[in-house]
Amino acid sequence: MARRSGSPFIGFGAVFVKELADHLGSSRMFVLEWLVLLTGIGAVYTAISDLKTTTASDPFVFLRLFTHARDPLPSFIAVLAFLVPLMAIGLGFDAINSEFNRRTMSRILAQPIYRDALLLGKFLAGLATLAIALVMLWLLVVGFGLITLGVPPSGAEVSRGIGFLVVALFYGGLWLTVAILCSVLFRSAATSALVALGLWLLATVLWPLIVQFAANAIYPPNAVTLLLGGGPSLGQVELQQTLSRVSPSTLFDESVLALLHPATRALGPVFMSQLEGSVMGAPLPFGQSLLLIWPQATGLVAGTIIVFVFAYIAFQRQEVRA
Amino acid sequence: MSEVVLSAKGLSKWYGPIAAVSGVDLELHRGEILGMLGPNGAGKTTTILMLLGLTEPSSGTIDVGGFDPIRAPLEVKRRVGYLPDSVGFYDNLTARQNLRYTARLAGLPREQAEAGISAALKRVGLDEVADRGMRTLSHGMRQRLGLAEVLMKGVELAVLDEPTSGLDPQASFDLLDTIRGLKADGTAVLLSSHLLDRVQAVCDRVALFHRGKIVLEGTVPDLARRVFGGVYIFELDLEGDVDAPSLFAALPGVRQATAADGTVRVLADRDVRAELARAAVAAGAALHRLVSVEPSLDAIYRHYFEGRHGTA
Repeated sequence: MARRSGSPFIGFGAVFVKELADHLGSSRMFVLEWLVLLTGIGAVYTAISDLKTTTASDPFVFLRLFTHARDPLPSFIAVLAFLVPLMAIGLGFDAINSEFNRRTMSRILAQPIYRDALLLGKFLAGLATLAIALVMLWLLVVGFGLITLGVPPSGAEVSRGIGFLVVALFYGGLWLTVAILCSVLFRSAATSALVALGLWLLATVLWPLIVQFAANAIYPPNAVTLLLGGGPSLGQVELQQTLSRVSPSTLFDESVLALLHPATRALGPVFMSQLEGSVMGAPLPFGQSLLLIWPQATGLVAGTIIVFVFAYIAFQRQEVRA
Repeated sequence: MSEVVLSAKGLSKWYGPIAAVSGVDLELHRGEILGMLGPNGAGKTTTILMLLGLTEPSSGTIDVGGFDPIRAPLEVKRRVGYLPDSVGFYDNLTARQNLRYTARLAGLPREQAEAGISAALKRVGLDEVADRGMRTLSHGMRQRLGLAEVLMKGVELAVLDEPTSGLDPQASFDLLDTIRGLKADGTAVLLSSHLLDRVQAVCDRVALFHRGKIVLEGTVPDLARRVFGGVYIFELDLEGDVDAPSLFAALPGVRQATAADGTVRVLADRDVRAELARAAVAAGAALHRLVSVEPSLDAIYRHYFEGRHGTA
């Protein structure tokens, strides 16, 4: 078969600009941004009031801004881990089906563009919106910290902070593609939103429980070990961790842990023999932390691409006729 | 013969075992209006989507201005304007912004697009509401805005799917007037509709769709001759005590004469107006009216399908 002629990116810019303008001006975005902002400020404020006492002794005081939690308030990253997927799903769940429901799809596709441009434009506009919101929040937190703590962040802190931003963006991107896939598959926006949120709940809340049960069933705990006060077997721990890494939220949590807690040396089980000669609690250089989370970060990016490919295929095969 | 804008041969589309369209041939020249008529589900919209490259045909070839919609859809879409059935617009934008977005997608240069948008909006009479939100626009206005989009693109072929459906008589009259304007510009127009009388008024040729096939194609008088078998129809209003039907039925060339509500309807093999008038006057009746009736598309359509259903 002959190839189709013309670039798939014709019209991409027009779609991107329009969708970005729509997102930034939409009331949905406004609500989500304020939600993130207010919870973020609450979390950071309590962190700062605690951190003021340790400013001098902690070399990574800026990173504590993100990770410090005091009951009952969660830490800033816990808030983000919860709200970023919500925001991403909010941006994507009606990307394609709304065009059908407004009966604009056939009119738009009758213009000299490929469907590629429409889908990619919508995805990247959503990602750009997420990026704008995240960068804004990040700068606010750092600025807030600068004013109240009175110390400038070190180079390592800035690079770790930026690393965190990138990981958070891809985590959001993954949920954005999931939402867009749902918007392709389901003609009703409500169904699409519910399915996307359901998948998110499954991955975040239910999956860890399922994994625990599964690991327990496959490697039943040894009665003798239990009696001697030992933990679960190595096989069980490894299986549980491997399975739990199917969920993007685990990948995100692990990446954030390694990036924002420089003392993190390993994300899996560690034996006493491996710790021989190590200086406990000493921070890793940024490059080493990056190496540690490389598989997790790659997994998030790969997941985004794979889900996008599924959405792309489903959209290409869809009949234009409503 | 003028330049061929669109030609399709042996076009078929199967959805599983069901043929939505089978073996459709179409040809359209510059400045010609072709009406696609037929009941809902006869395959009109599917044919249109195939012509635009929005649906892949199961078999058959299409040529739009020298391009194949499957292999070079962008070239085809650049040359074709499409007004979908019950067209939709973005409600959060104004009419002008909606057209601006389409113009950007179509890749029109900015100045040319702005001029084109203003001219098109003026032409369909929407220049006064152009900067109001879409929510304030009526159904008729939206339909006209869809046509403005086609005008703005400056296309060789305009494909209009049910442009007059759901419009009040005045609005559809205005719309058809704009469509005539397209023809005057040299644009070929492909029009689909199930409202026969309105379409008859603007179309040069019509193609009758039935169950995915074109069952009749030609000009309206042409179709009338084929369907009614070369019958001439006359109507007379007479006053006077005469048995008009039997009087006329006896005349040579007259096939049948019937009377209803004081009007006599005569079916003849040739133009027998002079004979009819003479016979009526000779019988002592006062002749108030004698006209030759062009069969309407509606009548042709009904007659044809009645015949079909009778034999099928």
